[in-house]
Amino acid sequence: MSLAAQFPVLVVVLPLFVAPLLALLANRGNLPWLVAIVTSALTFAMAIALTAQVMQTGVIYYELGNWPVPFGIGLTIGPLSAMMLMIISGASTVALAAGRESMNAEVGEEHQALLYSCWLLAMTGLLGIAVTGDAFNIFVFMEISSLASYVLVANGPKRQALTASFKYLVTGTLGATFYLIGVGYLYMMTGTLNIADMATRLADVSDTLPVMIAGGFVILGVALKAALFPMHAWMPNAYQYAPTPVAIFFAACATKVALFVMLRFQYELFLPNLGPQASFLSSWLIPLCVGGFLVGSAVAMFERDLKRMLGYSSVAQLGYIVLGISLSSSAGVTAAMIHFFNHALIKAALFVAVAGMVLRFGSSNIEQLAGVGKRMPLTTLGFVLAGVSLIGVPLTAGFISKWYLIQAVLELGGLGILLTILILVSSLMAVVYIWKVVEVAYFKEPVDGQSMLGVREAPMPLLVMLWVLVFANIWFGIDPSIPITLAKQEAAGFFGGAR
Amino acid sequence: MSDASLILLAMALPLVFAGVIALTGANRNLRDSVMVGSTLILFATVLSLLPSVNAGGRPSVALFDIMPGLTLGFSIEPLGMIFALVASGLWVLTSLYGIGYMRGAKEKHQTRFFACFSIAIFAALGVAFAENMFTLFIFYEVLSLSTYPLVAHKGNEEAKRGARIYLGILLGTSIGLMLPAMLVTWYMAGTLTFQPGGILQDNVSRSVGAILLILYMFGIGKAALMPFHRWLPSAMVAPTPVSALLHAVAVVKAGVFTVLKVAVYLFGLDYLQSLWSADFVMWVAAFTMLSASIIALQKTNLKARLAYSTISQLSYIVLGAMLASQLAIVGGGLHIVMHAFGKITLFFCAGAIYVAAHKTEISQMDGLGRKMPITMFAFLLGALSVIGAPPLGGFWSKWHLLLGAVDVQQQIMIVVFLISTLLNMAYLLPPVIRAFLLSPPKDDHDDKHAAHGVGHRFGLAEAPIFCLVPLCLTAVGTLLLFFFVDPIIGLIQSIFTGAL
Repeated sequence: MSLAAQFPVLVVVLPLFVAPLLALLANRGNLPWLVAIVTSALTFAMAIALTAQVMQTGVIYYELGNWPVPFGIGLTIGPLSAMMLMIISGASTVALAAGRESMNAEVGEEHQALLYSCWLLAMTGLLGIAVTGDAFNIFVFMEISSLASYVLVANGPKRQALTASFKYLVTGTLGATFYLIGVGYLYMMTGTLNIADMATRLADVSDTLPVMIAGGFVILGVALKAALFPMHAWMPNAYQYAPTPVAIFFAACATKVALFVMLRFQYELFLPNLGPQASFLSSWLIPLCVGGFLVGSAVAMFERDLKRMLGYSSVAQLGYIVLGISLSSSAGVTAAMIHFFNHALIKAALFVAVAGMVLRFGSSNIEQLAGVGKRMPLTTLGFVLAGVSLIGVPLTAGFISKWYLIQAVLELGGLGILLTILILVSSLMAVVYIWKVVEVAYFKEPVDGQSMLGVREAPMPLLVMLWVLVFANIWFGIDPSIPITLAKQEAAGFFGGAR
Repeated sequence: MSDASLILLAMALPLVFAGVIALTGANRNLRDSVMVGSTLILFATVLSLLPSVNAGGRPSVALFDIMPGLTLGFSIEPLGMIFALVASGLWVLTSLYGIGYMRGAKEKHQTRFFACFSIAIFAALGVAFAENMFTLFIFYEVLSLSTYPLVAHKGNEEAKRGARIYLGILLGTSIGLMLPAMLVTWYMAGTLTFQPGGILQDNVSRSVGAILLILYMFGIGKAALMPFHRWLPSAMVAPTPVSALLHAVAVVKAGVFTVLKVAVYLFGLDYLQSLWSADFVMWVAAFTMLSASIIALQKTNLKARLAYSTISQLSYIVLGAMLASQLAIVGGGLHIVMHAFGKITLFFCAGAIYVAAHKTEISQMDGLGRKMPITMFAFLLGALSVIGAPPLGGFWSKWHLLLGAVDVQQQIMIVVFLISTLLNMAYLLPPVIRAFLLSPPKDDHDDKHAAHGVGHRFGLAEAPIFCLVPLCLTAVGTLLLFFFVDPIIGLIQSIFTGAL
């Protein structure tokens, strides 16, 4: 067997094995960072190879230890899983590459080996969720990633990081518990934990109460994990107080993985078997999504802290994604998946730019960034362009997302037109909060001229990563064929190729 | 060179020149010669596309498919050809004028100014050549954004406030109204390509179509239909060359051009006529036309008066489109040209008066005709053309708009046009009358300003030659357009004859 055939498992196992080794490593200069980024980059390379394979030959099935599937653990890499692998490992690589100096400045050099070890564990967990075909595995990986994440957040430079991490821990544990209860009920009724197997067996017990309850618990659990409005309170906090590189990593992928679980359960298990009840369940999500993007955007307009503002903006963006999921239609799920990809590009770029500003100014308070446009022209321009993509201006990735989402929403008829208007209102609010930064950055004189004197452009690796992401935003706004092909392939799998 | 590569060249040139202008900024003589040269090259390029459009061809080029069926591409039809010619042709004159004005008024950041100007022209050409609504929308937004620094040029609080209103209204209407209309169009018709006869009639019911029309017409904020007209007076804080080319020609004409395109190529005239909202928009346009004229009467600042006059004149074109008659469309297309020449002359004159005499209020213009006879005579020609008096170009566009109204038997609209013409006279002629017939004020306070011009106290005090020549040329243009209007009418009519 060639090495490439083992990629589906290696992609998870590699960071899992490197993590403890890294913890044993002495804090010798840049060594821990170097090990982490090399591991992350190798994982990213494998993710790309897997994606290419999926695009050519379709879904990859992998049986762990060659045990046949309902008995052994199976890995399933479909188009969406492949996309998630790329997003997670890509975000991690970018955040590590851009964030070395920020990490040194914010965390200090003492605990770096342990910190990067946790980083790799968090990544392992997220990657594991993306590849596994087993409902209980998902829980295990969820816990691995969550526990590691709490540590990462708690290492932020301010004391509030501890409370932020604690909030995150309480919500995250609740979410995981709910999920586990749901899976327990499902196991009770079907006797299997393999998702594909469960899907076939669920048909016999589809009308029973435990299955309905299971559906409710699973969706609620992952909604907590995904910071769906009104369960979002932990997220802006965590983003604000976590070390900035951690914020880059999580903003791009962490909540999306929870949504990925929601999407798989909804479309692989519940919709085909529960039919009307499942659509009924997801229709309850629509008002939450609308609340999410309206409240998220509105709060973002008034936030004074840049990281927090982006956190609330993420609440809004996740609202768009869940809206796509909750439409129970092929177009809706396609739109949601496209926004998985595009939002990762957008938010990663924004947070990388913010990391540069925080590094040079020592603060992410918007007022104190006055005049940053002159001091750090490249960083600021990158931020603005990523912001333009967030708003959804044509020729950027964000526009493609909005376009597909609105086309999907319009299928609902009258309600669709109302939702379209609300989406556009939310986009206009995004214009306001991005513009607020533009005005401070370019048109406002620094409050006190002295503090600006020492400020120079962000370090080179950060700039390179920022602009790679900005170009990706434009590239995938002009030629979005890769995410669209993957999303359509996956949607065709759910709906049997019918549109 | 093939037509496709000519289109790409025409689109690329202003962008390249923006870069060259930015690079040669250190040497202003070099920069300004490069700029004038580039405007001439661009105009020649656009002009070289004319023969094939005249022959009934539709030169086109597709850049890339963003989504299946959604292309970023260009295709030149008669209206777009005319708009592109007007914008690129008048850019030549405006760049000359801009050199005189910016140097005369000692404005700062001239390099940034001219570079953004070039990008704005790029966007205007993109709007003109757009093959579909999506492409048009993109360039429409680029045009809004690239003109923001021009409006905010002075950098003081007033300029920034004006620019914020400007951008807020233009982006707000386009994203809030035009974009949803576009999305629904795409969803229902499956295409956004401009097609003769329209794309909606077979796919969209009349009730939905009527709402779409309202969304489009108010969403095209650049057409300044009330209540979304506030941005235009706000934009007058910009230096005069901007007001002249962008807010009399490129930006506002991009708006009404889009209105005509949407009416002719998305809705189609027959379908348009069957919608109730066409009448509604027509009444809004009529209201805008008259009330903007009345506001113009009350404005004592010359540029503000011209701005409201522009709002009123733009509604002529919107009204023409809503009449949904071929003659009125011809009138609307003609009015893009005629009003462009007339209004740019008026703005050039207003700027020349500011540079030479530092006057911005109409009440200060008593006797100015003795110091600046050439400028004021050009102002008279421009004013008469906007009013629509023969033998000036503006006559033809009003004539065709009136014929269109007669054609579809909208008698009330005929009356509206006539009242508006009277109002035009009432607000455009007083500055000229003051300048030529009243005697200059007797205070010596003005003497120090006279030093800016050429000549001395009792003699001529015209603006610098760079300002003076362009305004004479555009004034002569309004005259020539009266006599050589046939090719333009023929070109616009080929939309309908070519398609049938």
